[in-house]
Amino acid sequence: MSGASSDTAGYYRRMQAAVEELLILKGIVTPEEVQRQVDAMDARNYKRGASMVARAWCDSAFKARMLANGSAAAEELGLEVGPLKLIVVENTPGIHNVIVCTLCSCYPRMLLGIPPEWYKSRAYRSRVVREPRAVLAEFGTRLPEDVDIRVHDSTADMRYMVLPLRPRGTDGWNEERLAALVTRDSLIGVARLPDLG
Amino acid sequence: MRAAESVPARFRVGDRVRVRRADPPGHLRTPWYCRGHVGTIKRLCGAFANPEELAYNRPGLPAQPLYRVRFKATDLWPDYREHARDVVEIEIFQHWLERAVE
Amino acid sequence: MRGVHDMGGLEAGRCERDEHEYEQWEKRVDALMMLLSAKDRDLLKVDELRRNIESLGADAYDRMGYYERWMHSIVQTLLQRGVITIDELGRKLAEKEARDARG
Repeated sequence: MSGASSDTAGYYRRMQAAVEELLILKGIVTPEEVQRQVDAMDARNYKRGASMVARAWCDSAFKARMLANGSAAAEELGLEVGPLKLIVVENTPGIHNVIVCTLCSCYPRMLLGIPPEWYKSRAYRSRVVREPRAVLAEFGTRLPEDVDIRVHDSTADMRYMVLPLRPRGTDGWNEERLAALVTRDSLIGVARLPDLG
Repeated sequence: MRAAESVPARFRVGDRVRVRRADPPGHLRTPWYCRGHVGTIKRLCGAFANPEELAYNRPGLPAQPLYRVRFKATDLWPDYREHARDVVEIEIFQHWLERAVE
Repeated sequence: MRGVHDMGGLEAGRCERDEHEYEQWEKRVDALMMLLSAKDRDLLKVDELRRNIESLGADAYDRMGYYERWMHSIVQTLLQRGVITIDELGRKLAEKEARDARG
């Protein structure tokens, strides 16, 4: 389910406007600050994570730094992430990682922006820790038989992003081309990146 | 954060720990599904203010060590039908953990 | 007791690939949360937000949209903290309703 439920249509929209006006009248926020915050969040999306992945595929020293401290690695690339405590988990031929927040919707927002609606749903939050392969299949993802799954539940202060496997058939590609291959769903772990022909 | 404001870490990577079966009211960040289960410490993430107290606008100090704990899916779910080596990793605060005697 | 939000491991339906283009008011709810919880203001902690969401009954929790739960919770926290009063919120809401009715 997304958006406003039918019997409260408008109520929370009015509530938001009312609270914002009160806060402005009290000098707690300004309308410009609210707009700046909306614009800043709109500017954050999965492409910021994709650029980190592409760099890591090309530069093994950067990859090692990224796996040790994800936030510092983001800042190295000029990506402002504020107080985010990022852990990047690496997919290997034998291990596939998936991220969830079963308790609410924790997500590396300061890097990747607002999470998709399905990530916050009862279905995903309930089932991915219990039957990850069945959930992945519903996203069209089937793992080879010899791959183990690690599900990461973001229950506290850390936030997670997956470093997907580099697709085969991309030898010699530059970072920009590689970054364009990376999808948001592969950074959450419900998708893998297909090998190229 | 001053050293006096965080509790020393009791556990190390590789330690076997059990999640306490406590059930207090209020805001908790230790999911129901892992309580009572035994896992392995994989990483010490640092020490952070206790969210249970922050939820009531209290400082939540001294900061508690926070660990990533790895659980075997076959331990968490008695009827787990997927792969035997699958795991779930959860961030758990030290005050929810005790050393597992196995 | 297991909280309404504490759903890891429970049975649930199919994962539907819901994407949602957020409306302006929803983005502004998000923005308010970020601004109020910033260190220099500290008028709301994300943990208070979560506690107030978790206090919604099971029915309300599942029926309400994501940013509806947030907005409800921001209001609860600001009332608990004494940043706004119920009376001034009520009057402001009535103003909004009247404006909406006039079209």
